[in-house]
Amino acid sequence: MSGAGDREPVFPTRQSLGAMKSKLKGAETGHSLLKRKSEALTKRFREITRRIDEAKRKMGRVMQIAAFSLAEVTYAVGGDIGYQIQESAKQARFRVRTKQENVSGVFLPQFESYTKDENNDFGLTGLGKGGQQVQRCRETYARAVETLVELASLQTAFVILDEVIKVVNRRVNAIEHVIIPRTENTISYINSELDELDREEFYRLKKVKNNKQRDNNAAEEERKNSKRRGSDKENDQEPVDVLGEQEDQDVIF
Amino acid sequence: MAAPVSAYKDRHFLAVIGDEDSVTGLLLAGIGHVTQPPDAQKNFLVVDNKTEDSTIEQAFDNFTSKRKDIAIVLINQHIAERIRGRVDTFTEAFPAVLEIPSKDHPYDPEKDSVLKRVRRLFGE
Repeated sequence: MSGAGDREPVFPTRQSLGAMKSKLKGAETGHSLLKRKSEALTKRFREITRRIDEAKRKMGRVMQIAAFSLAEVTYAVGGDIGYQIQESAKQARFRVRTKQENVSGVFLPQFESYTKDENNDFGLTGLGKGGQQVQRCRETYARAVETLVELASLQTAFVILDEVIKVVNRRVNAIEHVIIPRTENTISYINSELDELDREEFYRLKKVKNNKQRDNNAAEEERKNSKRRGSDKENDQEPVDVLGEQEDQDVIF
Repeated sequence: MAAPVSAYKDRHFLAVIGDEDSVTGLLLAGIGHVTQPPDAQKNFLVVDNKTEDSTIEQAFDNFTSKRKDIAIVLINQHIAERIRGRVDTFTEAFPAVLEIPSKDHPYDPEKDSVLKRVRRLFGE
């Protein structure tokens, strides 16, 4: 029964039936679109998780190599250069900028590394000893950081996509399980109400027709009766032949 | 949808919380940045055995929520382990928190907060 389910508070009129029908149509279109969006995002999401996994492994290797080259530097310089380097860091040479990538209407930021060449805080580091090692170490670490930046973009994309997919799926489910059934309920409610009205109307018309017919019949009957009565008066007697053989009765004075 | 452009437009720097060797290496790569005086803020923190957990937490909060110019926070995994609660509850997209291996502590994918989420999502 239509009244049982959850439905929108509308009056059962033809106009709102039309509105509900177009609403249902819209909801179905939206549902299929959102479903496709969610699928596209999920595909992307899986690809990103796979790449994150790979990148994390790669990072492990790269950082190991970098740590080793730093050990070489320490050996070559023959002392700890950490303090000196920490003190001389002033302006970042290695920076990132973000650009956007559009995946099904979702903007995923991507980090892109760039170096500001004019900043060179460590111009003098290792000038005494092991300059070449220091240089090589810097390059190794720069490559390692590039890997890290790549990984960071993937990770950011992962976090954002995760959130967006959740929202989209929530919408898909809301449309599928709430909006569409409710609209369908409303439509069947309106339909049944309209049918009810139709039946009532039909019954009323029938009743009116019957009444009319009955009245008509009665009137007809009445007329017939009265007609018969009128004609009977005349037809009761034989027409009198005034000029016939019949003799007139004598008139006695 | 998701993050507005303003959330990451001005983020240019990387920050690092790590042991001395990691920080030295990354600074050699040129990520070190000290903001203009008077409040000269470094974007790196050297952690050793004597460093308090609260100091690490404070630096982590500073890099993740207070400063708006940091795009990526690098943290050694064994240090992330010390403030695991903070790292796991940080789920924002910006800045990206990246756990990196250190010289003495090889990388363990089991502990990574992002990989944990990946695994949870795929129900493994």
